[in-house]
Amino acid sequence: MKARVTVTLKSGVLDPQGKAIEGALRSLGVSGVASVRQGKIFDIELEGGDKARAEAALKEAADKLLANTVIENYRIEVMG
Amino acid sequence: MKSAVVVFPGINRERDMARTLRLVSGREPAMLWHADTALPAGTDLVVIPGGFSYGDYLRCGAIAARSPIMPAIHDFAAKGGLVLGVCNGFQILCEAALLPGVLMRNQNLRFICRDVFLRVERSDTPFTRGYNAGQVIRVPVAHGEGNYIADSETIAKLEGEGRVLFRYASPDGLVDPNWNHNGAINGIAGILNERGNVLGMMPHPENHVEGAIGSTAGRGLFAGLVEHLARAA
Repeated sequence: MKARVTVTLKSGVLDPQGKAIEGALRSLGVSGVASVRQGKIFDIELEGGDKARAEAALKEAADKLLANTVIENYRIEVMG
Repeated sequence: MKSAVVVFPGINRERDMARTLRLVSGREPAMLWHADTALPAGTDLVVIPGGFSYGDYLRCGAIAARSPIMPAIHDFAAKGGLVLGVCNGFQILCEAALLPGVLMRNQNLRFICRDVFLRVERSDTPFTRGYNAGQVIRVPVAHGEGNYIADSETIAKLEGEGRVLFRYASPDGLVDPNWNHNGAINGIAGILNERGNVLGMMPHPENHVEGAIGSTAGRGLFAGLVEHLARAA
């Protein structure tokens, strides 16, 4: 089973890397970019076919390691 | 003072730290490996040194904070044992939730390696008794992620309880954005946990303890710890 965990910074947390990327896009002349926030994607392969169990394992992974919930949010997608 | 230095893969300041502990306390520190699961009996001080544990993969300190030695450090801290984390060690203590908050990328996105001035906020803690409150010390920093942040409630609590021990300042002790090289909230360079036995700081006091280096301003931290433990004994 394939799954994806997306980790993003909470709103209000300053993102200097996102700001730098935003500035670079502007200097490249890419128009219409209002703001950029940088995040992380984890593509994870899971053993077995139980979707509920997979979601529980991914939630544990995100809470324990993949995200620092002081500053980050995460989203779990099990893609089957 | 019986100290122990914890070594994680990718840490590179453990020898500086061990040298300082030996010079100031007169005792050889124990070197612990991340895969160890216990501290030597009678340990007074656990030090997590600087470096790039696990190559800073995922987030600085994230993987080290979950390694096999950490439960023993949590137990030690819960019993009131003294824990010092410097630079990557501070990041590891935050990731391990032994200290609140996070060290984010420096505001100017650069890795900054130079001397800075710190204002010592209090002298009545085991870590700062070697200094006077308000004293300014010059010590080096070397980090890309030293920009301390926490939610406003946590900051208010840290400030209200006097748990900010070091702030980036001018040579005269003025806390000012011009002297805050990494953008940390309120110029925070080092904080204490609620109980007062765990300190995390970004600068490297262990590198300024010998006259040959040109400054011994960091020595007070270690000398103060030795004195604190001698009095407690």
